[in-house]
Amino acid sequence: MIPASFDYLRADSVDAALAALAEHGDEAKLLAGGHSLLPLMKLRLATPSVLVDVGRLDDLRYINDAGDYIAIGALTRHRDLEISTLLASAAPLLSHAAGHVGDPQVRHRGTLGGSLAHADPASDLPAVIMAMGGTLLATGPNGSREIASADFFTGFLESALAPDELLTEIRIPKLDAQGWSFQKFNRRAQDWAIVGVATVRANGSTGVALVNMGSTPLLATAVMDAVKSGASAADAAALATEGTEAQSDINASSDYREHLARVLVRRSLEESGLA
Amino acid sequence: MQITVTVNGVERSGDVEPRTLLVHFLRDELGLTGTNVGCDTSSCGACTIHVDGQSAKSCTMLAAQADGLSVTTIEGLADGDTLHPMQRCFQENHGLQCGYCTPGMVMAAVSLLDENPNPSETEVRIGLEGNLCRCTGYHNIVKSVLACAAESNGATK
Ligand SMILES: Cc1cc2nc3c(=O)[nH]c(=O)nc-3n(C[C@H](O)[C@H](O)[C@H](O)COP(=O)(O)OP(=O)(O)OC[C@H]3O[C@@H](n4cnc5c(N)ncnc54)[C@H](O)[C@@H]3O)c2cc1C
Ligand code: FES
Ligand code: FES
Repeated sequence: MIPASFDYLRADSVDAALAALAEHGDEAKLLAGGHSLLPLMKLRLATPSVLVDVGRLDDLRYINDAGDYIAIGALTRHRDLEISTLLASAAPLLSHAAGHVGDPQVRHRGTLGGSLAHADPASDLPAVIMAMGGTLLATGPNGSREIASADFFTGFLESALAPDELLTEIRIPKLDAQGWSFQKFNRRAQDWAIVGVATVRANGSTGVALVNMGSTPLLATAVMDAVKSGASAADAAALATEGTEAQSDINASSDYREHLARVLVRRSLEESGLA
Repeated sequence: MQITVTVNGVERSGDVEPRTLLVHFLRDELGLTGTNVGCDTSSCGACTIHVDGQSAKSCTMLAAQADGLSVTTIEGLADGDTLHPMQRCFQENHGLQCGYCTPGMVMAAVSLLDENPNPSETEVRIGLEGNLCRCTGYHNIVKSVLACAAESNGATK
């Protein structure tokens, strides 16, 4: 399987990438690790006529302590997240979950920015960033703007990024973490989650986000509200499917997904220390 | 477009279409047919090579993405007639049956031990999750990797 023909441009700076996007408009697609885009292009489900390769923008590959928050460059690879000592202490949910994305080969190439921009509800890291209350920095021709992770995912494979914008940084609030948990239910080791749950309890509040329970990654707001008003893990988890629209597919019916969501949310709350 | 990739230590140039996959550049342009294509959908790991020392699936990379980088294929592991220790451990422990998955398994295993020189059996199984063996010879594959790890740990102690 070979993609349809396209022109290939390698951007050697953020400005060069933005200029290429401005010039080629929606004919162009950014290429980061390529581990979501290239499979789609091989199946001809995506046929961009220009690929702008940002994979070598090492300026956007970093994990820094920025004072109030942890700043992560969009081109940071899953493997970098997995082995980061800074994340291991400041955001262990993220480094742990990154170590469960696909397989080692995928983690060596795939990027955090690509995972978020791709906006696949079945992906792990979008839900993790939502649970942690992260913020995304988008850079376009008129400068940069912050987008809250809760507002970033707008539809199936759709995000709040404009076609002429590049996702440049992900910001994770520094959490005084009491507990966290990542639950990923799948049949075979390297698969995507049939359902997944990311939970972090910190600074007096609880963030819970769901993988693969609708057309976007979702915050389980009913669960979060219940925990805030003192509900037990079991009582809060009973609300796990509120606001979700689980799909049926070859792996699971929507009923089964709803069942999994309740079970995994309960486990996730318990593992993160809620009685 | 013109690309130059350091393949098994030697600079190799070629004129490729941007859509050329790295595995096709290696096999069809350079004649390095040790790297196999199994699934062609990023799932099986038969096409695993190293890019700048880390395992990667060459069916899920463009040749253009490797321009200027260093690639190692199964052909680059042995030193003349002397097999790489991982290749020898696969041979000694019957880590292959039909052999189709073997180049990818060996490349993934070498990368695994680079990152974790002393893995447990479970860590080897999880570390090879991106590689499928259609002959299902996993038991001896894991045994081969553990033997190689034990051997090199013994040697460095
Ligand atoms: C076999 C396999 C198994 C996998 N398993 C999992 C899994 O279990 N869990 C999981 O979460 N993911 C999984 N993935 C997906 C993997 O995590 C991808 O790496 C990731 O989703 C996309 O990152 P990328 O850097 O490869 O992006 P690319 O494929 O390069 O790009 C994806 C999309 O994002 C856009 N984009 C990329 N970077 C930016 C940016 N900086 N700004 C704006 N737009 C951008 C691109 O234009 C494209 O539309 C798997 C992939 C494979 C091949
Ligand atoms: S051929 Fe590349 S992963 Fe199967
Ligand atoms: S030995 Fe036959 S596919 Fe693995």
